[in-house]
Amino acid sequence: MIDTNKIEEREHVVVKFSGDSGDGMQLTGTLFSNLSAILGNEISTFPDYPSEIRAPQGTLGGVSGFQVHVGSSRVYTPGDDADVMVVMNPAALKVNAKGIKKGGIIIFDVDSFQPSDIQKAGFTTENPFKELKLSETIQLVPTPLTSMTKASLEGFGLDFKAVLRSKNMFALGLICFLFDRSVDQAIHFLEEKFKKKETILKANVKVLVDGYNYAQNIDASIAKFQVKKSHSIEKGKYTIISGNKSAAWGLIAASQKSELPLFLGSYPITPATDILHELALRKDLGVITLQAEDEIAGVCTAIGASFAGNLAATCTSGPGLALKSEAIGLAVMAELPLVVIDVMRSGPSTGMPTKTEQTDLLQALYGRNGESPAVVMAASTPDNCFQYAYMACKIALEHMTPVILLSDAFIGNGSSLWKLPKLAELPEIKPNYVKPEMKGEAKVTTRDEISKVRYWSVPGMEGFAHRNGGLEKEYVKGGIATDPKNHQKMVDARQAKVNNIANYIPDVKVEGAVDADLLVIGWGGTHGHLISAINSLKKEGKKVALAHFNYINPLPKNTEEVIRKYKKVIVCELNNGQFASFLRSKVTGVDFEQYSKVEGQPFTVLELKERFNKILEAL
Amino acid sequence: MAELKYVAKDFKSDQYVRWCPGCGDHGAINSLQKAMAEVGVAPDKTAVISGIGCSSRLPYYMGTYGFHTIHGRGAAVATGVKVANPDLTVWQITGDGDCLAIGGNHFIHSVRRNIDLNVLLFNNEIYGLTKGQYSPTTVKGFVTKSSPFGTVERPFRPGELTLGARGTFFARCLDVDIKNSVDAMVAAAKHKGTSVVEVLVNCVIFNDGAHDWIASKENRLERTILLKHGEPMLFGKDNDKGLVLDGFTLKTIKLGENGITEKDILVHDAACKDYTLHNLLVNMEGPDMPIAMGVIRCVDEETYDDAVHNQIEQIQAKRKIKTFDELLSSCETWEM
Repeated sequence: MIDTNKIEEREHVVVKFSGDSGDGMQLTGTLFSNLSAILGNEISTFPDYPSEIRAPQGTLGGVSGFQVHVGSSRVYTPGDDADVMVVMNPAALKVNAKGIKKGGIIIFDVDSFQPSDIQKAGFTTENPFKELKLSETIQLVPTPLTSMTKASLEGFGLDFKAVLRSKNMFALGLICFLFDRSVDQAIHFLEEKFKKKETILKANVKVLVDGYNYAQNIDASIAKFQVKKSHSIEKGKYTIISGNKSAAWGLIAASQKSELPLFLGSYPITPATDILHELALRKDLGVITLQAEDEIAGVCTAIGASFAGNLAATCTSGPGLALKSEAIGLAVMAELPLVVIDVMRSGPSTGMPTKTEQTDLLQALYGRNGESPAVVMAASTPDNCFQYAYMACKIALEHMTPVILLSDAFIGNGSSLWKLPKLAELPEIKPNYVKPEMKGEAKVTTRDEISKVRYWSVPGMEGFAHRNGGLEKEYVKGGIATDPKNHQKMVDARQAKVNNIANYIPDVKVEGAVDADLLVIGWGGTHGHLISAINSLKKEGKKVALAHFNYINPLPKNTEEVIRKYKKVIVCELNNGQFASFLRSKVTGVDFEQYSKVEGQPFTVLELKERFNKILEAL
Repeated sequence: MAELKYVAKDFKSDQYVRWCPGCGDHGAINSLQKAMAEVGVAPDKTAVISGIGCSSRLPYYMGTYGFHTIHGRGAAVATGVKVANPDLTVWQITGDGDCLAIGGNHFIHSVRRNIDLNVLLFNNEIYGLTKGQYSPTTVKGFVTKSSPFGTVERPFRPGELTLGARGTFFARCLDVDIKNSVDAMVAAAKHKGTSVVEVLVNCVIFNDGAHDWIASKENRLERTILLKHGEPMLFGKDNDKGLVLDGFTLKTIKLGENGITEKDILVHDAACKDYTLHNLLVNMEGPDMPIAMGVIRCVDEETYDDAVHNQIEQIQAKRKIKTFDELLSSCETWEM
């Protein structure tokens, strides 16, 4: 079916694999992404999976997808719509029909498009493609994935279910051929994955190779794609990393740099649990992970570990952050270092647990009783979750404060290329310990009078025994105090300490056309879509600037200066305007326009461009 | 007896103790400071963690490291302290509301995990700091501000709950009985694992006389039994009453009556893994039965904190990755 003579060179291609949640689409997508990266492509991936572990087969609720954007130049997002889509059944087709480009290719398992399958996916006619009114420019490639897999594994002695589960490898083989990737590297990955399951490994390899050969042997008229090596990327050693893994590794790096043991107290919650998984693996590096009885115990064990002198962290998502809020207030009051990673998901309440959103910002900023300032930061790409987790630890330890790091389902589960850092090149981390000469004198509230950072002593240190706690303390002596003026002084000291951190963080950068009239403001995980939209407008000769925030409380010192430079300012975020309202309270008198989306999905570059174009036309 | 390295005063802070005059907590803190001196761990290596409530103010009065946390969460914070630094001796101070109502979940899980904590549960069967509401241990029918017509709920029995959560140590003592309280606390400190000591304390303001049944010295001899491992379960002024097993329950008998001799009396085995008898003991109530005091259960089991650190050591001995840079080199990488 594939014309081996016809090769189409592309700068960017988006591929989506979609099927039942048991069809192995995540593995297929991951393998294809890794193959592409190893060949020198830039990549960005996004798994889109349901919260049901195994929804009824063939139904819309059970569709699981994995999208990867492969490029020979900078890739910032997993892409809006797919150039090539592999669909394992009619339900997957229905769910993803809107996500295919004009002129795209749909490869589908014709064996799974029987009348009963079509009906199960809720189609009312016999032809789902017509019923969906797919553009006629889309090329349909029917492939007997199921029957070919069955034939491939005849005599293997596998049960029927195991045979069916292997059909994802047939699809991968086919895609490998289509994209001119040798299957050798894929076999290497499979050998790693199924090290201990010999039969499964053999079966997967056989089906993969057969899929590749099948594509080679039949003739049809679609072209092979060629995506050349990227040259825009900085030279160096790379791997692929997901946001959750890179956040976990950021904590490990900070632990080693600060020479403090790492303690994670955590309770499983989608989509943050991978951080717990990743750290639980790292006993070799001495990491302690405590899977607590609930979210509250997760943060409280971490606070205990911090009191005892560890680098302490907890990870969670929105509902868990709500449960932890009283304890985070304790860390504010006790002035203990604590890192809270919130991998945001769609809310309120249980919401849509596997879908992405930026709706916890105000909760992170204000969701505690009393005057309770905490540092709030946000990572913006899967790979920079490492950098910001590291910086969250540095700030927490050096400024004796809880730090809330916001990530989200999109960057937490998504992955991108990551240039390996060197520990030696990362900034120093110097916790604000008590000094030896303070022995016998230091109180729990003794602090640096300029930075307002309290000096840290931990149980076991001789001559520094003290009592900490959630009650207000006397400014000098550290005992319990209810004096009105003292309370004001303590409230002000805790606030000044957090405000002072603005002196230690970088300025917000302006990307794109610095001299533009329109400034786009974003924060956290939307950076990829925003910068892609702005770069795309630039190619069309239009001028738009982007100020993207990773530090939110405190804001970078140049925030106001940047914002006031532009005629028009629009704040784009995946909530109903939380950062916009925060900015309004910090930079007054500016007309912040909002572009909000709360659909549980990332922005698309296309919709952003449309909106920016409208504004540009009106300017 | 070897000279002690510390005296009780070494464990006192400079803070004025603010409990009501006559509060049972005064006796309990005295016992604790004496017990700490006897155990001999330095104040600098001791951490006292509490939640919220009258009892939870205790850390402020100690000359050790202390942390007064939030309501019900003392067990979780103490867990973090001990697991993060197993070299510390960690005491958790809690009350019947803090431990068994808002903190019930953390309590049973710390007990289940067998974290090496010494938990002093000050049980006065009332909420004192919020000025007199019923607690999870208040007797059914008791009239309080939040139960003006008497409570309708069944109380917890802390001992039974500890055993049900697979506790390895449970002891009971009374605020005014300093000697036996010190003994129970020392035993708790020596036991590796979660040691729960129920300290029966009197709230002079909101539940005065809750433990009057056994408060006077004379009544105590007749109405309580001080259990000692390996000794027959005898009690009474003249030590002439004892406990025997009668079918599935315990029974009080008198020596000499019906030909009963000391040989017929049960001998206390605090180290028995099966907690069936311990449970019968912790649940004994007057007037028919004496209230069990002293160390009722003390069983050796691996602690969670040891298990965590042993596992880390084992893995570190086997694996090649020792540093962050080595972790990086372990992943699939390529040059671009």
